[in-house]
Amino acid sequence: METKAFQRIYTQLTGITKATVTLKAQGVANDELASVAGRLAQVVKIMGDTVTLQVFSGTEDIPTNAEVVFYGEPPTLKVGDDLAGRFFDAYGKPMFGAAEIEGEKVEIGGPSVNPLRRKQPSELIATGIAGIDLNNTLVTGQKIPFFADPDQPYNQVMANVALRAQADKIILGGMGLPNDDFLYFKNVFENAGALDRIISFVNTTEQPAVERLLVPDMALAAAEYFAVQKNEKVLVLLTDMTLYADALSIVSNRMDQIPSKDSMPGSLYSDLAKIYEKAVQFPEGGSITIIAVTTLSGGDITHAVPDNTGYITEGQWYLRSDSDTGKVIVDPFRSLSRLKQLVIGKKTREDHPQVMNAAVRLYADAANAKTKLENGFDLTDYDERALNFARDYSEKLLAIDVNIEVEVMLNTAWHLFAKYFTQTEVAIKNELVQKYWPKN
Amino acid sequence: MSTTGKVTGIISNLVLVEVDGPVAQNEICYITVMGTRLMAEVIKMIGKTAYVQVFESTRGLKVGDGVEFSGHMLEVTLGPGLLSKNYDGLQHDLAKMDGIFLKRGDYTEALDMDSQWEFTPLVEAGVQVGAADWLGEVPEGWLKHKIMVPFVLEGRYTVKSIVPQGTYSLTDTIAVLTSAEGDDINVSMVQRWPVKRAITAYREKPRPSRILETGVRVIDTLNPIAEGGTGFIPGPFGCGKTVLQHALAKQANADMIIMAACGERANEVVEIFAEFPHLDDPRTGRKLMERTTIICNTSNMPVASREASVYTAMTIGEYYRAMGLKVLLLADSTSRWAQALREMSNRLEELPGPDAFPMDLGAIIANFYARAGMVYLNNGQTGSVTFIGTVSPAGGNLKEPVTDSTKKAARCFYALSQQRADSKRYPAIDAMDSYSKYIEYPEIQDFLKQTVGEEWVSMVYKARNTVQRGKEVAEQINILGDDGVPLEYHDRYWKSEIVDFVILQQDAFDNIDANCPLKRQKYMLEKVMGIADMSFKFEGFEQCATYYKRIINTLRQMNYAEFQSPDFKKYEAELQEIFNERKLA
Repeated sequence: METKAFQRIYTQLTGITKATVTLKAQGVANDELASVAGRLAQVVKIMGDTVTLQVFSGTEDIPTNAEVVFYGEPPTLKVGDDLAGRFFDAYGKPMFGAAEIEGEKVEIGGPSVNPLRRKQPSELIATGIAGIDLNNTLVTGQKIPFFADPDQPYNQVMANVALRAQADKIILGGMGLPNDDFLYFKNVFENAGALDRIISFVNTTEQPAVERLLVPDMALAAAEYFAVQKNEKVLVLLTDMTLYADALSIVSNRMDQIPSKDSMPGSLYSDLAKIYEKAVQFPEGGSITIIAVTTLSGGDITHAVPDNTGYITEGQWYLRSDSDTGKVIVDPFRSLSRLKQLVIGKKTREDHPQVMNAAVRLYADAANAKTKLENGFDLTDYDERALNFARDYSEKLLAIDVNIEVEVMLNTAWHLFAKYFTQTEVAIKNELVQKYWPKN
Repeated sequence: MSTTGKVTGIISNLVLVEVDGPVAQNEICYITVMGTRLMAEVIKMIGKTAYVQVFESTRGLKVGDGVEFSGHMLEVTLGPGLLSKNYDGLQHDLAKMDGIFLKRGDYTEALDMDSQWEFTPLVEAGVQVGAADWLGEVPEGWLKHKIMVPFVLEGRYTVKSIVPQGTYSLTDTIAVLTSAEGDDINVSMVQRWPVKRAITAYREKPRPSRILETGVRVIDTLNPIAEGGTGFIPGPFGCGKTVLQHALAKQANADMIIMAACGERANEVVEIFAEFPHLDDPRTGRKLMERTTIICNTSNMPVASREASVYTAMTIGEYYRAMGLKVLLLADSTSRWAQALREMSNRLEELPGPDAFPMDLGAIIANFYARAGMVYLNNGQTGSVTFIGTVSPAGGNLKEPVTDSTKKAARCFYALSQQRADSKRYPAIDAMDSYSKYIEYPEIQDFLKQTVGEEWVSMVYKARNTVQRGKEVAEQINILGDDGVPLEYHDRYWKSEIVDFVILQQDAFDNIDANCPLKRQKYMLEKVMGIADMSFKFEGFEQCATYYKRIINTLRQMNYAEFQSPDFKKYEAELQEIFNERKLA
């Protein structure tokens, strides 16, 4: 921040905790930014002339006579076309010593869209992954997370999705991203020659945890610029939202707030909703689509973070490794896209809804057969065929390394139906069977 | 001279104000921040310091900013023009706001103040009236909107004068009332009422005695809700809460639907905005939007007004009830409202109750549910507000405080089950865990006997019993294996599956099956329970399963066919043939 004539400077702190400092100051505005001994901080509480500041990078080594400078404005980001192709830190400062960008300054964490001015999402975003496109389709303006255990390759999957998706801009918000994963994203984007449509705001594990709290708002302020001003289709990737929530709980703990479930702040739902609800389809054609990652602990979706997320987002994709094929798949049972009804069979081929349902139903039959087998009961001929179908279905369609068009997915599914089942067993509407059942 | 004050402290949206005069608990005040007035509500007073919760973001607020107190609690504006509107939680008209983004402090009028209405008087000068008595009516869309004596007036009044039939502006004086003390009061078509106070200007609130038809079989048949009753739907995410609520909004036999989207997804509200103006109300042929008012405070809108939004919706419901209408109020979800209470209680540093919710959560919820009900109006007619709220239990745990408190307040419980949702048995209401207290009311039983049939209630109990027994044998079969149990167990299991597939399950996306009138529900239940009484001859359990699957399939085709159509009759005849194959005399 540049120095301004009216900046107020104080040099007497009255209190210091691990994350906050307090001092006596006048004329301070709520949410205003300040620097404390050169570190960025934000006003979180004012009581008379006592002001509490949250220091993003922690208060280590800050002395009681530290210089405090108030900036007179809340956190902002300079937005402009120059954002494209650049890497920024959590404060919106260019990384790798690059020059500041020119552009209009906007407040981050701005107001929400009037629900009456939204448009109903209706455009499909193809990713090439059948577990997504075929079973749980992504739609513009949607918000949807990957639920994954920490050992799943969620960042790789997300990088793939980002590169294949037909989006005008891709904005990466990395929170507590391991440096290796950050470099992976960077390499993948560079190698794909896609850098000019990618913008990154990154907080790595090497940086202070509380800084992360700025990342989603930075990423979404940039997204709003391209979606509103330029009517572009913007895809925002947020990884990992569980680490973001952890940072929230650290701050609320330091502020002596009473924790609710799983030590998370009571406002967790609202805090997450404020971010996810920035996903929107604008009537003028621009859109913001959010794909996030929520890491689970041991697959537990009743933990406060995935649980609150599930109530906010429009479905979830559940990653798990399939022991039969040794591949990572998007689980067809526990995954859900609430907006898929708006596009499947309408923007895709007519047989899409029925094929999707039939395949999942047959896959469920295989799961039952497997339980039967494990319990030592005999398998019928149908059970055997269902198990064989499940193996093929998992390998040729559900696996995340598959990259094919929706039409090919549908044809593959029909081919597998014909290979293992009779037409009555598949039980799809007759006119579709006549049209699409493989002839030989 | 009204009270003013200055800001002395800020913690997120809790603001401390030093005041220079009297202030009432829950009074509304306006804080001026950089030229914008932000609405706030007093929630605590200590000495000269008022603790107010601001309904907006407090970004940029400073110590010393000016505050004006309004002298009244949070109020809604009531009058013709409410129907079909889309409001935020504080009853500001969303359609009148400029720009794509919601601007802080952009408070739009709830009604079109300069609109003209065709007024017809219903009383003459000289008569005695009291609060909520009908003075006249104006056509509002399809309904006759009653212009009433303002609810705030206590005691009896004499109509001094009333305007003749004609077109008047919303704010014109349409009647002058004289109080017992001889004071004249001018009455227009608009009145205001504080949302947190129930409108009680009616003669009597009896026990509910009729059921409200919803067209959803598992509700109407097994767990009916009364007209003026209360119910709630708890369920983990992904179990179909929203689909069920939308189905109720589309099909319920009510004159008016108020939907309070309280802290839920914006795209779901957009779905209503997009669909309701085009969908027909199956009963009247009018568009659904013509009987719907939406209060929309989605999850990203200010937290404090979330709490207000359910009260705003309830007050509008009570207003239309006073006109003798059947109102259905749906709130999605009351958990978000409870969370808003929790956030504020936390900032006030109150000692927390279970899961950090405020201690009086149960009392607040019970109080709110108690505002629903059927009433006899002063003129002897009836009106009702039926309330159904959804609850989003954290982690799907039905013992958490919000679900638990709601269970004590609501009389119908529609438990959505994860297991049923996973096996795609929709609606995922677990018929065994769910209950309706109304079906035990003698008044309701009499009503059902008269309108549905003498044997109806006992048949419903029998159906429940069939499902319960089926569930028990299913566990046995799972443990002992298909051939480890007597054949009779399979028979019993499959009979319960018929009830499940044909009565409990219903396709909300099928044009015909989505909405099943009570008459048809009766026909199908009789059919199904008739089968439960039949005995069939089987050689083994596989034969039994295949046979019952055919019966289920045929019955489902009947559900998909128009009632008593040739197709319907064709499947019914097929069913008879299937029986003949194996039926024992």
